[in-house]
Amino acid sequence: MSLPSRLDSQQRQGAAQDAAPDERPILQVRNLNKRFGDGCAHCLPAHVEHPGNRCPRCGSVQACIDLNFDLYPGEILGVVGESGSGKSTMVRSLYFDEDATSGEMFISSCKNGESNLLAESAQQKRYIRNHVMGMVYQNPYLGLRMSYSSSGNIAEKLFAADHFHVGRIRERAAELLGRVEIPLGRMDEPPKRFSGGMQQRVQISKALANNPPLLLLDEVTTGLDLSVQARVLDLIRSLRRELKVAMVVVSHDLGVIRMLADRTMVLRQGRIIEMGLTDQILEDPQHAYTQLLVHSLL
Amino acid sequence: MTSSSMNRPSEQHPAFPKSAYNFAFLDEGSKREIRRKTLKAVAIPGYQVPFASRELPIGRGWGTGGLQLTLSLIGRADSVKVIDQGNDDSVNAVSIRKLIEETSGIATTEDAAEATVIQSRHRVPEEKLNGGQILVLQVPQPEPLRHVERKEQITRRLHAEMDYSAIWLTLYESVVKWGSITVGADYPVLVHDRYIMAPSPIPRWDNPKLHQAEHLTLLGAGREKKIYAVPPYTNVVPLQFEDYPFEIEHFVGKSCRRCGSAHTFLDEVTDGETGEILHQCSDTAFCAKTIERRESHVASIQA
Repeated sequence: MSLPSRLDSQQRQGAAQDAAPDERPILQVRNLNKRFGDGCAHCLPAHVEHPGNRCPRCGSVQACIDLNFDLYPGEILGVVGESGSGKSTMVRSLYFDEDATSGEMFISSCKNGESNLLAESAQQKRYIRNHVMGMVYQNPYLGLRMSYSSSGNIAEKLFAADHFHVGRIRERAAELLGRVEIPLGRMDEPPKRFSGGMQQRVQISKALANNPPLLLLDEVTTGLDLSVQARVLDLIRSLRRELKVAMVVVSHDLGVIRMLADRTMVLRQGRIIEMGLTDQILEDPQHAYTQLLVHSLL
Repeated sequence: MTSSSMNRPSEQHPAFPKSAYNFAFLDEGSKREIRRKTLKAVAIPGYQVPFASRELPIGRGWGTGGLQLTLSLIGRADSVKVIDQGNDDSVNAVSIRKLIEETSGIATTEDAAEATVIQSRHRVPEEKLNGGQILVLQVPQPEPLRHVERKEQITRRLHAEMDYSAIWLTLYESVVKWGSITVGADYPVLVHDRYIMAPSPIPRWDNPKLHQAEHLTLLGAGREKKIYAVPPYTNVVPLQFEDYPFEIEHFVGKSCRRCGSAHTFLDEVTDGETGEILHQCSDTAFCAKTIERRESHVASIQA
């Protein structure tokens, strides 16, 4: 068994912006719905709208409604929206943290992109999320085991992909932690002794452990101070440049989106209200809510 | 006879006569429950089967899981051996043996070869067990994932999805911290390529004895209400890294001070007077048997 290829992997080179228009998307999402609660006859018909998407009869909340989008290799898709708009629920559903109520999801490197991954068994989903996806949560406590060593955190991902050679695992961990500028002398320290920015970088390196072609980032810079934020954003940009990882970046911060995303989608009350090139969305918003959002920038 | 002496319990008239108990203490319904769950455990090697753990006249955590298995298994023709850390004479072993004797009236033995049911805490007998024997191990913590994951709901899901990276993580941490895997007892094993199991706190020395064994091993945790099993001829493989293989304890150059054996699991004892560190067999019955065999051998030569 050999460990995933080096960080400067060749296979995804040249996939990013110069992508041919007929290239297959790496991620396809079709009619993704997520409802918290069982729903009732009052709210299950799709045409019924409730304030805050919450059914006044049964209390079920429609967090995501009919989300459709594609993500191409090496592309960064920004997701913006106010709190409660369904951003996090969307990425958590894509990472199988939440069970989507209905919908389909295809990943091109998984079963030839023909099988709806949301309908797979729990074992299959675990395999997929360990092999072709990486997730970085807003709260590092969700993505890391805080009292185990940082290298162990990365090793955990590698164990899940059946690598059981400590020496090689440590080499790979050192390589990844070096990539995110964690001093190698501290690779065996538990992340709870690290600063917030360092924890976030350890989390990113953990998500990258198996060289996934798809990375989900949920509010990664929220709660970090500005200079640390800038370093994390730089890191994400260089990862995209060098590894050609496709990313879904969730943020409520339009600055982050402007800096990172090629395309942006705007969510409101669980629906996509606008989607397009980031510059277009930010400079020439069409939807009233997007206009409000863009103009509320300080 | 006065009325006061009539009410006082005596040898002939105990306050609660043993005949009041069902055979082997447990009622038949409880035994059936335990046997059914045991069958399920045997059918799914290494899988922890929840069962309705009963109250016993010993405290939970003192071997109630193993005792319930033993009590539900024994019949009148059985003979039981009870071991505590390899020792037949420690308080816990004696109490459990007495309870079994008094409530069932069946024979008990110290000879591992003679016993049909062997209840043990923390050891597998040195003598190789055969197909007709059942080894019952008392388990304090049946869940190998427990120290990484506190919630039962989650550990069950991890077992179902065969996600054992957390266990590997604990082994990795020990390699990083100490340079080798330092798990001394209760070393996690993979049972027949499916479930990772806590083999109860037996020393690493005893792990290979479970692999492709002729005997049936049953593990019972009374407080945690779980039964699991290793049926005969099942693969039991200790987890190991490619560059840090599993190793049993070494006793190089050491031997038992009583029987002289160098091929058994040795306990360290300190001489009370000289402070000298000595070693002796942890399995006392095996030790005694070795001494006896040697003496009879010597006697036969002299004769």
